[in-house]
Amino acid sequence: MKTDNRISPEHASRPAASTVIEINELCKSFGKLQVLRNLSLQLFENENLILLGKSGSGKSVLIKCIVRLLIPDSGSITFLGKNVMDLNSEELAEMRVKIGFLFQSGALYDSMTIRENLEFPLVRIKKHLTRQEVNEKVEESLENVGLLDSINKMPSQLSGGMRKRASLARTIVVDPMVMLYDEPTTGLDPVTSNEISELINRVQHKYKTSSIIITHDIECARATADRLIMLKEGQAYMEGSIEEFEQTSDELVESYFKSQNKP
Amino acid sequence: MKVIRPLLTKIPKIPRPDVKNRAIKISENAIKKTQTANRFFLEVGEFGLFLWLTIKALFSRHFEFKEFLRQCFLVGNKTLPLISLTGVVIGLVLTIQSRPILAEFGAVSLLPGMVAVSIIREMGPVVTGLICCGKIGSGMGAELGSMKVSEQIDAMEVSSTNPMRFLVVPRVLAATFMIPILVLYADALGILGSWAGANLKGDVTFILFFTQAFNSISFSDFIPAVIKTFFFGAAIGLVGCFKGYTAGRGTASVGKAANQSVVLASVFVIIIDLIAVQITDVLQ
Repeated sequence: MKTDNRISPEHASRPAASTVIEINELCKSFGKLQVLRNLSLQLFENENLILLGKSGSGKSVLIKCIVRLLIPDSGSITFLGKNVMDLNSEELAEMRVKIGFLFQSGALYDSMTIRENLEFPLVRIKKHLTRQEVNEKVEESLENVGLLDSINKMPSQLSGGMRKRASLARTIVVDPMVMLYDEPTTGLDPVTSNEISELINRVQHKYKTSSIIITHDIECARATADRLIMLKEGQAYMEGSIEEFEQTSDELVESYFKSQNKP
Repeated sequence: MKVIRPLLTKIPKIPRPDVKNRAIKISENAIKKTQTANRFFLEVGEFGLFLWLTIKALFSRHFEFKEFLRQCFLVGNKTLPLISLTGVVIGLVLTIQSRPILAEFGAVSLLPGMVAVSIIREMGPVVTGLICCGKIGSGMGAELGSMKVSEQIDAMEVSSTNPMRFLVVPRVLAATFMIPILVLYADALGILGSWAGANLKGDVTFILFFTQAFNSISFSDFIPAVIKTFFFGAAIGLVGCFKGYTAGRGTASVGKAANQSVVLASVFVIIIDLIAVQITDVLQ
C-alpha cells in the first residue's frame, strides 16, 4: 500500500518490457482549474488497473490524454515505448487502432444499426477483410457480449446495459491491445453491472488486453482489479491491491469503500 | 475685502469628479469590448481552420461516397415538400400582387416575363437558400452538436476515423450540389404557380404563358443565379457543420448550435447574394 504517486515495489519489480503505458509527471489544467498535478503511473501487460477517485479528480481527463483527445500541459505519456505527444497523424492513428476506448455514454452512432456501428471502424481499419470476414467478425464480437439477437436494431431500441455491451463489442471488434473503460457500470442496475464486470474479465482473458478501468463502483473494482490507484485532486493518492484498499485505515479510502457498502 | 469674503464663502463647492470610479468603469467597458472582439476573432480563426481541415479532408484519398449519397438524399428529400410549397406560393403571390399594377399601365402581357425573371434571378435562389438555412443548416448543426455532446465524434476520432472526412465533407458537398437542384425545382414551381395565379383572374394557356416567360429569360439571367446557389449550398453546409462540430458539452449547446447555424448561414446567404449581384452587374 502506498500513499504517493510512485509504483509500488511489487509492481516496479516487473520487467520493463511488460510496461504498456507509462505516464510521467502529467499536468493538465482547464483555465485556472488544475485537474492533473504531476501524475505518474504505469500500466503493465495483461493487467486490469482500476482508477478510483471522486468526480473531478482527473480520471477521465487522464484517459483522454492517453488517446490524445486532450493535450496535456506538461509531462509525458509513453505507449509501447513511444511518446504519444511526438506522434504524427499517421502514427497517432496506428496507436489509436491498438487502444479500445469505451465511453461512459457508450457513444454508439445513433444513425446506424448495431451491425453498422461495428462495421464502421472495422472496414476502415482492416481494409483487407472481405465482406464475409467482416460479417463473421461482427457476429463473433456481438456473440461475445451476448447481443447477436440485436444485430439489426438501432441503438435507441436498446437498454442502457445493452448499449454498453454493444459499445464494448464495437471496441473489441478491431482487436485492441489496450482497453480504456470510462465508468463502464455507471447508471446500470447491480445485475447488469455484474454482467459488464464479467465481460471486462472475459475480454481480458480472450483478447489478452491490458486495461485501465475508471469506476466508482466498488463491486466492479472487486470483480476486475489486479491493481488499484486512487486519485485525489489530480494526484495518485494511494496504490495497491483490492485487499490492501479494504484493510487500510486511511480515512478517505475507508469512507469511499464504506459509502458503497451501505445497504 | 469685507465685501468679497462673504461672497467667496457663498460660492457652492464644486463636487470633485469621482475619477477613480470613472476610470474603473471605462476600463471595465474596454475589457468587455476587447473580450467581445477577441471572441469574434477567435471564432473567425476557428472557422478558417475548420475550412482548411474540410478542404484537406476533401482532397484526401478516402472519399465517403456512400455517406455523400445518403446526405444528398436527406438534403433533397427532406426539403422537397417545403421547397415545393414555397416555390408555388412565391409565383402565385408575385403574380397576384403585380397584376393590378401592370393592368394600370396596360402591360399585363409582360406579367409572365417579369415574374419569371424575378423568380429565376432573385426570389427563387434567395428564398430557397434561406429556407435551406433553416431546414438543412439547423439540422446539420443539431445533428453534429448532439454527436459532439454524446461523444460520438470523440468515438470516431479514437477509432482512427477522421470525423471531418466522414461527417463534414459529405454534408458540405451534399448541400453544395443539392441546393442548386432545389433552387431550379423551386424556380420551375414558382413559374407554374405564377401561371396558376394568372389564371385566377384571367385566361392564359399554359403554352402561351411559358412561351412568354421563357422569351424574357436569357442565359445571363440564369447562369449567375445558378452559380451563386453553389456558394449558398457550400456556406450552409460549412456553417451548419462548423457550429455543430464546435458545440459545447451540455445539451443546451445543441439548441444553441442549431440556432446559430440558421442565423449565421442566413447572413452568409445574404452577403453572398449581395456580392453575386454586384459581380453580375459589373460583368453585364
